[in-house]
Amino acid sequence: MKDDRILLAHGSGGAVSHSLISDFFLKIFTDPTLKRLDDSAVLELGSDRVAFTTDSYVVKPLFFPGGDIGRLAVCGTVNDLAMSGAEPRFISVGFVIEEGLEVSELEKILKSMAGACEEAGVPVVTGDTKVVDRGSADQIFINTAGVGYIKDGVDISGSNVKDGDAILLSGSIGDHGVAVMSKREGLAFGTPVISDCAPLNGMVKAVLDSGADVHAFRDPTRGGLASTLNEFAEQSGVAITIDESKVPISEGVLGACEMLGLDPYQVANEGKLVAAVAGKDADRALEAIRANKYGKDARIIGTAKQTDRPKVFVSTAIGTTRILDMLSGEQLPRIC
Amino acid sequence: MVRFLSEYRDKDLAQGILKRIEKISKKPANFMEVCGTHTVAISKNGIRHALPENVQLISGPGCPVCVTANVDIDKMLAVLSLPDVIVTTFGDMMKVPGSYSSLSKERAKGADVRVVYSTLDAIEIAKNNPEKKVVFFGVGFETTTPTIAESIIEAKEQNVKNYSILGAHKVVPPAMKALLDLGEVDLHGFLCPGHVSMVIGSKPYEFIARDYHIPCVIAGFEPLDILESIYMLIKQIEDGRSEVEVQYKRAVKPDGNPVAVGVMNQVFEPADADWRGIGVIPGSGLKIRDEYADFDAARLFPDIEVPPTREHKGCRCGDVLRGLIFPYECALFGKVCTPTEPVGPCMVSSEGSCAAYYRYDDRVKA
Repeated sequence: MKDDRILLAHGSGGAVSHSLISDFFLKIFTDPTLKRLDDSAVLELGSDRVAFTTDSYVVKPLFFPGGDIGRLAVCGTVNDLAMSGAEPRFISVGFVIEEGLEVSELEKILKSMAGACEEAGVPVVTGDTKVVDRGSADQIFINTAGVGYIKDGVDISGSNVKDGDAILLSGSIGDHGVAVMSKREGLAFGTPVISDCAPLNGMVKAVLDSGADVHAFRDPTRGGLASTLNEFAEQSGVAITIDESKVPISEGVLGACEMLGLDPYQVANEGKLVAAVAGKDADRALEAIRANKYGKDARIIGTAKQTDRPKVFVSTAIGTTRILDMLSGEQLPRIC
Repeated sequence: MVRFLSEYRDKDLAQGILKRIEKISKKPANFMEVCGTHTVAISKNGIRHALPENVQLISGPGCPVCVTANVDIDKMLAVLSLPDVIVTTFGDMMKVPGSYSSLSKERAKGADVRVVYSTLDAIEIAKNNPEKKVVFFGVGFETTTPTIAESIIEAKEQNVKNYSILGAHKVVPPAMKALLDLGEVDLHGFLCPGHVSMVIGSKPYEFIARDYHIPCVIAGFEPLDILESIYMLIKQIEDGRSEVEVQYKRAVKPDGNPVAVGVMNQVFEPADADWRGIGVIPGSGLKIRDEYADFDAARLFPDIEVPPTREHKGCRCGDVLRGLIFPYECALFGKVCTPTEPVGPCMVSSEGSCAAYYRYDDRVKA
């Protein structure tokens, strides 16, 4: 690490976060399972395989169009489990609450968490609460961890993307990041943008049940679609080419990004799925995603090719090609 | 607004213009884009590689963050180190390294630096923190300067006494003149900045066409705008003309925006300015007029100690900004200098040439 202090950029989900993890954390924590850097750790317990994951939520503001910190904390962990091909089973919740938080706000958050748990079919089975003095936290921070069960024969990993795979995206990108930011900064756009925050375990199950040969799932959260595709490329040693005209972006997100100079490919999502599926099974997987209520706008956006130069390319709207790089530095802090 | 974007990104139209360019372009054509937003749009749309070999696009001193001299950043950091100061700025400035540090690094150490989207937000911060001195670090060309001028007028009207500007504002045409006078780059045309021209109009470029015989086209920012502007420049060269033409007609009027210019002139007056890579260019900067001296941080904090300026070893941002080299010709590019670990400002700023080449341009990345 070059920096002698942690910068906000270290939490961006982009290249700086990656360097913090690779150059620092992984030097100290050396477990091979951790080193795979997938959304969940896949572990063997007796003869079973389970997925195990954890995530912390610090979003500001606590309530935003389309969701709140509670729903986010449940969906985020459910999705991390699902992206490993697991069926999420149990989650834990840890709260760090700042002195002075209104009980009515806490109640709203808890009820929202319960609603998301019910929708995902995953109960909270253990928890912890800490209260810190005013100023030592900002209202409330939530940690969730989760455990899921992986069926026999399922082998999903960001390092499994193969030559000829189709890259599928379950819907429009950038909605969560723009929704949170527009609320936080008091920006109003012609078309209101609503966070896509949603549990995706039903969608993942549908794709797996369709029998399609799936190699990788990932939810493009912080760092956006650009980070997810670059991770696939790096972990699997493939070149991915996507067609810009196939990637759905809502008018509101496009307008906000034009105005604020953000790249929608790098803006966070909380209810989207990216899948790498064997080319021959692409249509079958697409159909399964589209049948889910959160996947109606799903598209096949690109393909993966074997290469010694793992990179992501974009065919632009005007028929030229450029590369798609990972987010570098800080874009929107405290987005999840 | 978005409804009017897809029309400017049409594949068939784009390919059509490219064919027309190919057909008429015979002479060497080195065009400089004098706007960071153009540099990014050109790279992002892969336009550099779509043009015939005799047509080269060279990035100029068009990113306001990049051309800010180290000494100005050092001054800002010195102000930040004073007690009871809150520094506000636009996001792009945060990571730009001065001689020794950056706003982002100082914030991590505990300094109060806040990113705002508008100077009016900075005034709000001043009102909400009456015991603090809120300084806005103002960097930019004619596009943003009127909004900064307006904030000073506003602050004066509302009697906000703890708000001030530390300005490193610059104007574009004198820098174009300075580059031509240096004569280091064999230029055949300028792609003039669309946003700046919305404010100043097309007339301030006329001396370039008239005295230097260099064609100018004021361009919009969508792929088709840029391609059409390149076509218009090539047409001028092939016809042997040198004129100021406006491609970005939907936004740019010959007289620009007199209201914005008026506001700018009410608060600021011309001054010399120090440009990274070029040095001091006469009349290329703006300073706050005496009537508004109470809002000029340079005068409010006259005794700040600024450490001696230091340039980053091996960094060739200056040469990139003058159009002498392409970003990838710098030995640091993509090796020790990347957007993640930037050495120079052209790699830091989202509108910097090095960042644009690094992010979008496959041909130049190892």
